[in-house]
Amino acid sequence: MQTSSDEVLISRIANGDRLAMQVLFARHHVRVYRFVLRLVRNEATAEDLISEVFLDVWRQAAKFEGRSAVSTWMLSIARFKALSALRRKPEQELDEETAAAIEDHSDDPEVTLAKKDKGAVLRECLTGLSAEHREIVDLVYYHEKSVEEVARIVGIPEATVKTRMFYARKKLSELLKERGIDRGWP
Amino acid sequence: MTSEHESAETDSIEELLPWHAAGTLSRRDAERVEAALARDPELARRYQLVREEFGATIALNESLGAPSARAMENLFAKIDADPQRRPRAMRGLGARINDFFGALPPRTLAWASVAAVIAIIAQAGFIGMMATQPAGGRFETASAPTTAPGVGAFTIIRFAPQATMDDINKFLEMNHFDVVAGPSAGGLYKVRVADRALPQAELGALTQKLQKDKLVGFVAPTR
Repeated sequence: MQTSSDEVLISRIANGDRLAMQVLFARHHVRVYRFVLRLVRNEATAEDLISEVFLDVWRQAAKFEGRSAVSTWMLSIARFKALSALRRKPEQELDEETAAAIEDHSDDPEVTLAKKDKGAVLRECLTGLSAEHREIVDLVYYHEKSVEEVARIVGIPEATVKTRMFYARKKLSELLKERGIDRGWP
Repeated sequence: MTSEHESAETDSIEELLPWHAAGTLSRRDAERVEAALARDPELARRYQLVREEFGATIALNESLGAPSARAMENLFAKIDADPQRRPRAMRGLGARINDFFGALPPRTLAWASVAAVIAIIAQAGFIGMMATQPAGGRFETASAPTTAPGVGAFTIIRFAPQATMDDINKFLEMNHFDVVAGPSAGGLYKVRVADRALPQAELGALTQKLQKDKLVGFVAPTR
């Protein structure tokens, strides 16, 4: 239902309907923001990028062919913008942000586990995944994208989507094990 | 099925577990996964791990908050200033007509084009018929029966500035005159004053009589 409504909005936006643009923005900007924020790890940058993403939607609406869901199309644009922004950033700044995002591992694993419940540790380990792995985990679990849609957004074959997700989950298990949680898999 | 095939099938099913948890598999794949989970306790245990990851990912993303109003303000400031595309209210009539026809489905547009072509052809035919029809289509005054062009006696008349159209019509009707051309530059009309050619003296006398009429500003014989 929402998918077809999104398509109607896009056709109105293609005709220059500013109100339709406001509706689409209200409907999707939080998810697009979170997707971008997880990639760039900077709130101000993420806010700037979502303005650019939706400006592209405004400009390119007439070219939208409906071969994918509108949200999939927007996440593709968002991903491109985020990766371009990351390429523009100095390496040192990126490393500092990545380091800040991963919690201090100086505690003994047992102490860490005692401090926090398993869910909290799991969330921290999800944050510690590489950008490539974070991206695919978010697209599958949070943005509820199918194998085909993830392939379209990331620009990789469907078989690669499945294997990349498998290795992202495997890495997550390794991070959990380092924090004292052995899931018995893989 | 050999154990090697079973293992490959299990691996293939295991790869699909994240999408099964998110509910984004096709019905066929979802049924395959459900069947495998029912017969394989180890796979079912791993599926529980997937569900934990699924829940944690949602919780993590939901904890990220939302962008400030600045993002929306920036966006619409850029849209309003965008030279590539203007909001509809700011665009011209031509662009909106273009948008209207552009928004029509191709089938509707095709039928509309056919209807327009038929209407144009019909209109052209009607105009052609009107143009080739003889006397019926020509203007005639009630006082002037059909007379061959060039036959009769003629004068050039410029009516007085104060003469109204009603005055002029009554003047022509009363005298059985017929305007055959004009007005030309200077407001001159060629008026047939008799259905037959008049001797020059008779036409001169008539001209002098007309010149005395308060509705006539200028009058002179002509051919």
